[in-house]
Amino acid sequence: MTERSLRGKVAVVGVGETAYYKHGKSPDPEFVLALKAILAAAGDAGIDPRQIDGFASYSNDRNDPSRLAAALGLPELRFSNMQWGGGGGGGSGAMGNAAAAVATGMADCVVVFRALAQGQFQRFGAAAPGGVATGEAALNAPYGVMSPAQRYAMRAMRFLHENRIGDGAQRAIALASYHHAQLNPRAVMHGKPLTAAQYDASRWIVEPWRLFDCCMENDGAAALILMPAERALDLKQKPAYILGAAQGSEYRNAARGHNAPLYATSSFTTVAPRLYAMAGVGPKDVDVLQSYENFTGGVLMSLVEHGFFKAGEADEFLVKENLLAPSGKLPLNTSGGNLAECYMHGLELQIEAVRQLRGTSTAQVEDPEVSMVISGPMVTPVSSMIFGSRETL
Amino acid sequence: MTGATYLNPGLPVPVAENDGLDKPYWDAARRGVLMVQRCGACGAWQWGPEWICHKCLSFDMRWTEVKGRGRIYSWERPWHPVHPALKDQGPYIVVLVELPEAGGVRMLGNLLGDPRQDVRIGAEVEAVFEPHDDAKPPYTLVQWRYV
Repeated sequence: MTERSLRGKVAVVGVGETAYYKHGKSPDPEFVLALKAILAAAGDAGIDPRQIDGFASYSNDRNDPSRLAAALGLPELRFSNMQWGGGGGGGSGAMGNAAAAVATGMADCVVVFRALAQGQFQRFGAAAPGGVATGEAALNAPYGVMSPAQRYAMRAMRFLHENRIGDGAQRAIALASYHHAQLNPRAVMHGKPLTAAQYDASRWIVEPWRLFDCCMENDGAAALILMPAERALDLKQKPAYILGAAQGSEYRNAARGHNAPLYATSSFTTVAPRLYAMAGVGPKDVDVLQSYENFTGGVLMSLVEHGFFKAGEADEFLVKENLLAPSGKLPLNTSGGNLAECYMHGLELQIEAVRQLRGTSTAQVEDPEVSMVISGPMVTPVSSMIFGSRETL
Repeated sequence: MTGATYLNPGLPVPVAENDGLDKPYWDAARRGVLMVQRCGACGAWQWGPEWICHKCLSFDMRWTEVKGRGRIYSWERPWHPVHPALKDQGPYIVVLVELPEAGGVRMLGNLLGDPRQDVRIGAEVEAVFEPHDDAKPPYTLVQWRYV
């Protein structure tokens, strides 16, 4: 381990979340959701919330750390940070930023949070009527390219074409998520199983994606508390140690008008090697994986770019049985994820990764030591991270 | 509107950026001319519009007329209407077209014709100018059809 690494220096000591509501249905304002998730995480850790001295979020979260600190009566705010970029690509980025602050002594107890109340604000997947479009939007919106699904379907379509991947690969990802959600009482889609026939019969949102290839939109909030590894042992929960975190994207990924030179990508080709290098583990060591699903095609590409299989093997690897806990080759999205548990912009995936290491998932993998999260494929920047049990240190 | 448009009227109207970066493109499209950027220093083609050349970092970006001929690089077929103007649209096709004669830059547009037709990656397409004369402000979209 080199000095310039997060490996083993920081641990997740508490996780918290509110109830998850269908979009627009939260009875609480967004700020209240954020407060409730943060207090739940402090309670889970067994710490006084007034120990919190830093905040990290992403995706243009609207809940200002200074206001949160004032509302919570924190004695001192030492760190506040927002990861650039809209969308779920910042989930692991925010975790990494918080961990960096803790590892370097800028703060002692940082909470990573995300809160969403779309009734109070607006949905991601719908556009406002009329209006004008300028800049890059002018190259997209007049052609009917406005929603995230419409923005990214062409990346996945090109990838599927280049690698001659069939319909079953994306379907397997959706089926695994729904399978795991049936075991998870918190999941919005708990009690709503999905069959292959139902998937195939579902309406197109934008080809190559059907309804069940697309994430839900939910209201709620989630939070995780990060503290120095040496202090984590004295707390209530089994710590989940951060082995590595990486963020970024490839050469000219954000070139306007869909001109990224490497177009058929989920943006992880340079991030994934850096992640593994810091964590000191490889894809074969990963016992359980949470991979952000804005759309199943993004998961498919993320798995390839993180080295779980080669693109040409997608049809063979991506069958439902391989993706199920407890004993599949690569248990994937074991809480139901964005597709079927809830959409907390991927922060629920971080919580699930921690739960797996604690042994408290509703779709528990047997004694996992390495638990990984991939955040927000196809956007830029993207990010991913790896947690390890004490045995991995 | 003058003539038929591929998508229903009422979608956001494209206007040049306040800083004028992409104004030459939109002005040229009104005249039925397709223009993209090319670097005056190193000759690199560039799209979408940017103030600086990504290859040599020169600010000498120029507007160059190109032939509207390309190949379909990728595509999608939206069905779910995310904008009120698209409510009764049904599916439509969006293509990403690569222009080999302009350094392989890619442009987005709709593929004219039957919205349920087969789309073939690699197929040759040509540009069609679709004026929206009654819009405020008026504009012209560059669309694509099979050669």
